[in-house]
Amino acid sequence: MRLERREHRPLLLLIGAPIAAIVAALALSGILIAIAGAPVFDAYRRILIGAFGSRLSATETLTRATPLILTGLAAAVAFRARLWNIGAEGQFYLGAIAVAAFGSKLLADLPGPILIPLLLVIGAIAGMALILVPLWLRLRFSVDEVVTSLLMNFIAVLFVSMLIDGVLKDPLAFGWPQSQPVADHATLPKLIARSRLHIGLAIAIVLAVVVYLVQSRTVFGLQSRAAGLNPQGALFMGVPLGRTLVKVACLSGGLAGLAGAIEVMGIKGYVTTDLSPGYGYAGIVVAMLANLNPIGVVLAALFTAIMFVGADGMSRSLGIPTYIADVTVALALLTMLVALFFTQFRIRR
Amino acid sequence: MSVVFDILASAGLWAAILRIATPLIFGTLGALLCERAGVLNLGIEGIMTFGAMIGWLAVFHGADLWTGVLVAAISGALFGVLHSLLTVTLGLSQHVSGLGVTLFASSFSYYVFRLVVPVAGTPPTVMPFQPIDIPALSSLPFIGPAFFTQTAPTYLAIVVALIMAYIIFRTPVGLAIRMTGENPHAAEAQGVNPMKVRYGAVIVGSALMAVGGAFLTLSAFNSFFPTMVQGRGWICIALVVFASWRPGRALFGALLFAFFDAFQLRLQTVVEGVPYQIFLMTPYILSIFALALMARRARVPQALMQPYRRGER
Amino acid sequence: MTTPVLDIIGVSKRFGDTLANDGISMSLGKGEIVALLGENGAGKTTLMSILFGHYVPDDGQIRIDGEELPPGKPRAAIGAGVGMVHQHFSLASNLTVLENVMTGTEQLWKLWSATQQARRKLVRIAERFGLKVDPDARLGDLSVGEQQRVEILKALYNDARILILDEPTAVLTNIEAERLFATLKDMARQGLSLIFISHKLDEVMATAHRIVVLRGGKVVAERKASESNKAELAELMVGRRVMRPVREPSTPGAVVLEVRDLGVRIGGVERLKDIGFALREGEVLGIIGVSGNGQVPLARVLSGTLARTSGELLLYGEAVGHLSVGDVVDAGIGRVPEDRNGEGVIGEMSIWENAVLERLPAYSHNGLVDRKAGMAFARSIIDAFDVRGGTPASRTRLLSGGNMQKLILGRNLSHRPRILIAAQPARGLDEGAVAAVHTRILEARKAGTAVLLISEDLDEVISLADRIQAIVGGRLSPPLDAGRVDARRLGLMMSGDWSHVAEAAHAP
Repeated sequence: MRLERREHRPLLLLIGAPIAAIVAALALSGILIAIAGAPVFDAYRRILIGAFGSRLSATETLTRATPLILTGLAAAVAFRARLWNIGAEGQFYLGAIAVAAFGSKLLADLPGPILIPLLLVIGAIAGMALILVPLWLRLRFSVDEVVTSLLMNFIAVLFVSMLIDGVLKDPLAFGWPQSQPVADHATLPKLIARSRLHIGLAIAIVLAVVVYLVQSRTVFGLQSRAAGLNPQGALFMGVPLGRTLVKVACLSGGLAGLAGAIEVMGIKGYVTTDLSPGYGYAGIVVAMLANLNPIGVVLAALFTAIMFVGADGMSRSLGIPTYIADVTVALALLTMLVALFFTQFRIRR
Repeated sequence: MSVVFDILASAGLWAAILRIATPLIFGTLGALLCERAGVLNLGIEGIMTFGAMIGWLAVFHGADLWTGVLVAAISGALFGVLHSLLTVTLGLSQHVSGLGVTLFASSFSYYVFRLVVPVAGTPPTVMPFQPIDIPALSSLPFIGPAFFTQTAPTYLAIVVALIMAYIIFRTPVGLAIRMTGENPHAAEAQGVNPMKVRYGAVIVGSALMAVGGAFLTLSAFNSFFPTMVQGRGWICIALVVFASWRPGRALFGALLFAFFDAFQLRLQTVVEGVPYQIFLMTPYILSIFALALMARRARVPQALMQPYRRGER
Repeated sequence: MTTPVLDIIGVSKRFGDTLANDGISMSLGKGEIVALLGENGAGKTTLMSILFGHYVPDDGQIRIDGEELPPGKPRAAIGAGVGMVHQHFSLASNLTVLENVMTGTEQLWKLWSATQQARRKLVRIAERFGLKVDPDARLGDLSVGEQQRVEILKALYNDARILILDEPTAVLTNIEAERLFATLKDMARQGLSLIFISHKLDEVMATAHRIVVLRGGKVVAERKASESNKAELAELMVGRRVMRPVREPSTPGAVVLEVRDLGVRIGGVERLKDIGFALREGEVLGIIGVSGNGQVPLARVLSGTLARTSGELLLYGEAVGHLSVGDVVDAGIGRVPEDRNGEGVIGEMSIWENAVLERLPAYSHNGLVDRKAGMAFARSIIDAFDVRGGTPASRTRLLSGGNMQKLILGRNLSHRPRILIAAQPARGLDEGAVAAVHTRILEARKAGTAVLLISEDLDEVISLADRIQAIVGGRLSPPLDAGRVDARRLGLMMSGDWSHVAEAAHAP
């Protein structure tokens, strides 16, 4: 038996791969649920009900999908240019804390229509700033950005922890380390009244389309893809590698920072060190499940959100730890890798 | 300055260095072995977490401590098989596969842990490894408490480092591993099967990582809690670069790193007015510095991160 | 003939749709040197890979001393006394010579390596065959010729009695090559049996006892060296006579590109030094030389991907500073890179994207790529340059080497460049594609393009170039008119002896 490269990749295979991957991941998690002594199909039924069973749960799922779309896009644009930005988690927190800092005091006097877009931009810039460190280390010292961007996550969260325990600490929070809240007029408008769903979702979806157009239609999109696929060749054909990578990094870090900003302005209003249940890391899975396609990211984020929200409800009624959602999502990443492999190779005897 | 001197002169500091270094030594050696064969194993963070959990769980359920360590090693080996399947057999991106293994292994450990130990006020504990009393040596003034009151796994870590240095540089199998990491085609041409070598290195390396994790729950602490590995795995990956892929230097690097860590922990308690988070950041910042310092100088295994497919160059 | 030590019996191997080996049979006697002659793609390397166990044949068998060799097992081949010297060396540059040689020679689970014993054995073999090399040197620090010696020593260390050399002279200077062949003959005298793969008729005639000619995966002829001649072998090798285009006399125009005292340092190492040449409209200037003598940095500097450290560059008579790729393309310089797959195209991108990538300013408006114009351009290249096997939207990696090269030439020549920098333009192509590439280059010359042809293929340079300079150790020889050229002179030029060139150049 040996592996052989496929010359042609049928469209059906490309669409089927993520579906097969998700089915496989669900099957594998099913085994874990069964081992825990719970009825598997009932568990999945409860997950679906938990995610979509009521107006409240449906809006909650969409609310959860919002940051995942953005961190998923952050990973997708970076990975496409072979920039391994694993620092979305840290960039998320930095975007969040920047918004809390500027939106609670410094700029709080500005009127809402100016303040809100301004804060979103500030959040994005904060995210960009963080990713430039690993990028600089890569360009200057050839340090693999995977490890540095991962390490930056820990530094960023500690930095945030320091701020919300210090200068940005909310004196009204009964001693809990949390930041001062952003001004009321800086919170994002709701998409649906009496729910947590805010216009962040619309922003995220619009950005997915924008990223798609940028990648497929612009000079920058073409050049960043070339730089990722074959840096030598891209250089020969005049792609400014360094500049392209910086642009890609800014886009990626900016999206992750924006995710943090939107999370603060849309839901909580303030920052704590458990603001993100790993949105940055889950973004990697979302991007891979989408095969780095920005439109696919929206769907992959929805799947991930369903798992997270649904598992909460299922966990309460069946006594299965909510971590089953994390396990399933991680398994989906692994199965997707295998599925993608088989879109490129076939087994020959 | 006297503060610094006081810290340096305390036997507790030196004892702490060895204690802090132990999981890093295991993890760095494991990662080093994988990379010498040409496979970057970013599964390390998750594998250490799982090793910490499963080793603790085994002991919690009545196994003796060494059995716990063994169980952890076996679990690590299994994750090594998983990572090898993805990166060696299928030749997938080692970056993404490794992250996948980490995400899976850590969430899986939390899942298993929660399943067995439901949420409780105080986490359950086990009786961890006790310091070994070495006759004569342990009772020496200063030297004794500083260096000879460690638990058995710490001594094991040092022995493993020496053994690995010997294997890599002095035995046929070590040469085969190095050749596979430098040029798998050349290894194949000499009748060494690069696939098998990579599988072997990744499996053994992952087992070592898991043992490093188990040290956390069975010696350094006595209980398991999520996120307890705290990026130690990533630090190990950085230490491998710092060590230029040499086991002896890995041992030195881990000790040096632990020195800074133990030092800042003590400094924290005596220096006032500096937020504790600044101190906690130092290990990560140090790792980044170490990478920047060594990345260009170190002789990277030439075939690192390159999948090997027969007949394809 | 003595009894055969090696028999290849009816070996066939298919890759996808192509039959790389079709029922090949041949034998090798003790103390014999057999040349396996054939063009690129004739199936030589596949056959040797089967012999060495890298591939499993679909049919047929290999016998050594009458015993069948189990297929697909390099270890078994080594054990039976087969040693292989690969064209691309199978060596690790970070390990020492001794470590490279020792890998895989001991029981894997032995508790220690018998290094001293191994060193003694290596030194003994090296002395016996005159292959001197320092066992403790790091391989990466050795010259290419020395590395090849290590590759041969590796085989001999494994007690090889049958040695296979794949295009052993591809990376050597003439002098190194002559020395190698003397060594090979000596080995044969000492009882080793050798097969060497080549497409160079001279060395085959001079060295081999017997010549097996391969074409299209089949053995088409077998001759004793003493009973054949170059003309016959050439015809057998090529089969159908493909006419390579002939250079017509022309009168070159003004100097368009002049380089004076150009130097390049990379990481403290001097890669190019005092490079000087003048390139005129409507001529081909050939740069010959053995691989690794500075061709790559020279092509890179002129292509805009490497900055020079010193020296002057005059473009159309004007001194210019550092040129980026964009500047070079804008200045009307076409570029054909040495490494087609690595630099020339991005395999996973479509043909139209590869066509426009180096000219994005012309194929975009306000940062948006003009896909329609790009597709049309790709279509025009495909039509005008006879690129087969793809549409503008299909992935470029699916093209064969020849068609890929036509695409690269096409995207440059369609824009009527004033200068063309072509590095190894016909390397690795089959005879038909070579003729097509040469025709295009000569057409461009006729249209007034100044062509700088950097090539290791002497035949190519002799047939295309008006003037020839040799690159040796990062320096460029004075030019020699093509009319005064013969193989011996070029050989001396490539080895760094330029005394006669200077005379010839100064002669009235």
